[in-house]
Amino acid sequence: MSLLDYFKTSRPSSAAQAKERLQILVAHERVSHNQPLYLPQLQKELLEVIQKYVQVDKDAISVSFEQDGNQETLELNIVMPDDSTKRF
Amino acid sequence: MARIIVVTSGKGGVGKTTTSAAIAMGLAKRGHKTAVIDFDVGLRNLDLIMGCERRVVYDFINVINGEAGLNQALIKDKNCNMLYILPASQTRDKDALSQEGVGKVLEELSREFKYIICDSPAGIEKGAHLAMYYADDAFVVTNPEVSSVRDSDRMLGILASKSKRAEENREPIKEYLLLARYSPERVKLGEMLSVNDVQEILSLHLLGVIPESKSVLNASNSGIPVILDEKSDAGQAYADIVARYLGENKPHRFIEDKKGFFGKLFGGK
Ligand SMILES: Nc1ncnc2c1ncn2[C@@H]1O[C@H](COP(=O)(O)OP(=O)(O)OP(=O)(O)O)[C@@H](O)[C@H]1O
Ligand SMILES: [Mg+2]
Repeated sequence: MSLLDYFKTSRPSSAAQAKERLQILVAHERVSHNQPLYLPQLQKELLEVIQKYVQVDKDAISVSFEQDGNQETLELNIVMPDDSTKRF
Repeated sequence: MARIIVVTSGKGGVGKTTTSAAIAMGLAKRGHKTAVIDFDVGLRNLDLIMGCERRVVYDFINVINGEAGLNQALIKDKNCNMLYILPASQTRDKDALSQEGVGKVLEELSREFKYIICDSPAGIEKGAHLAMYYADDAFVVTNPEVSSVRDSDRMLGILASKSKRAEENREPIKEYLLLARYSPERVKLGEMLSVNDVQEILSLHLLGVIPESKSVLNASNSGIPVILDEKSDAGQAYADIVARYLGENKPHRFIEDKKGFFGKLFGGK
């Protein structure tokens, strides 16, 4: 370790801050930009269909899209309300 | 068949035109017939950097519209007879470019030329989109600075999904990182993202680092691509980049801080 490095270790350098901020941002943006444009509409319509049968609220449903090489996966997650089982 | 290279970045002012001019000259000087096209319609500048601004008669849009032939619009470079410049229109706007029109011009150029360099405008709109659409290779010019790195990442996403190659499910565009305006001294002081930081974030193959250099302004002042200033650091960096692109094994330079008594005293290495 050089003398200069020794003086610098006290606080993170601005470059280190830049790197950390970019890593978080880029990871986030990669996911959101890769999502198909129809996703919000699909989520809305699915919710409407499900609400015909089960009383769920808006955040009970999440649709996520993942791309891994050539494979695209659409994952649908619905959290059922506690009393929903009574009907079955 | 020509190889089509787009020089792109997302963010403006990072060194795309400087790079396009240098790379085109470098490839031509090595004996490859090369054309360099200015896609920055409405804001043409490549002609100035190449020093041919007074010889522009017809432009890219004229050719697309059939108002002039390619042979009338192409300007032969004054320093190298293997290099031709196709200037952008200064009076029209980006809407004058059409995907079909650009495709036709590139196809015609492909019969004559070995390399076609497309100097992209900044942004991610029509001009930038058409500059990358037909590309085989992408030189992503990035500055070691947060907004430039973020925009480069955005551009990588576009290259991977919106190109002709992507649409036809062919092998994707080959992407290369060109890190420009690098200051090793500032990196050492912790004031600038290092080449490793940027590579780690973008996970791109590094083609070369171009140092922040006074020679770039000197070159643009006189209208001579900086690669012809063989003594300059930036000129040498671009020469290395051309060599690496052509498959030669050149160790990276301009990454370490070499100058200054204090740098040596405190820097360790
Ligand atoms: N390595 C460098 N060292 C110093 N200055 C540089 C370097 N590279 C580019 N510049 C300067 O940065 C400015 C922008 O360069 P250039 O025109 O090549 O960028 P650009 O990406 O084409 O811009 P635009 O997005 O507007 O088309 C110019 O003034 C140029 O001289
Ligand atoms: Mg430019």
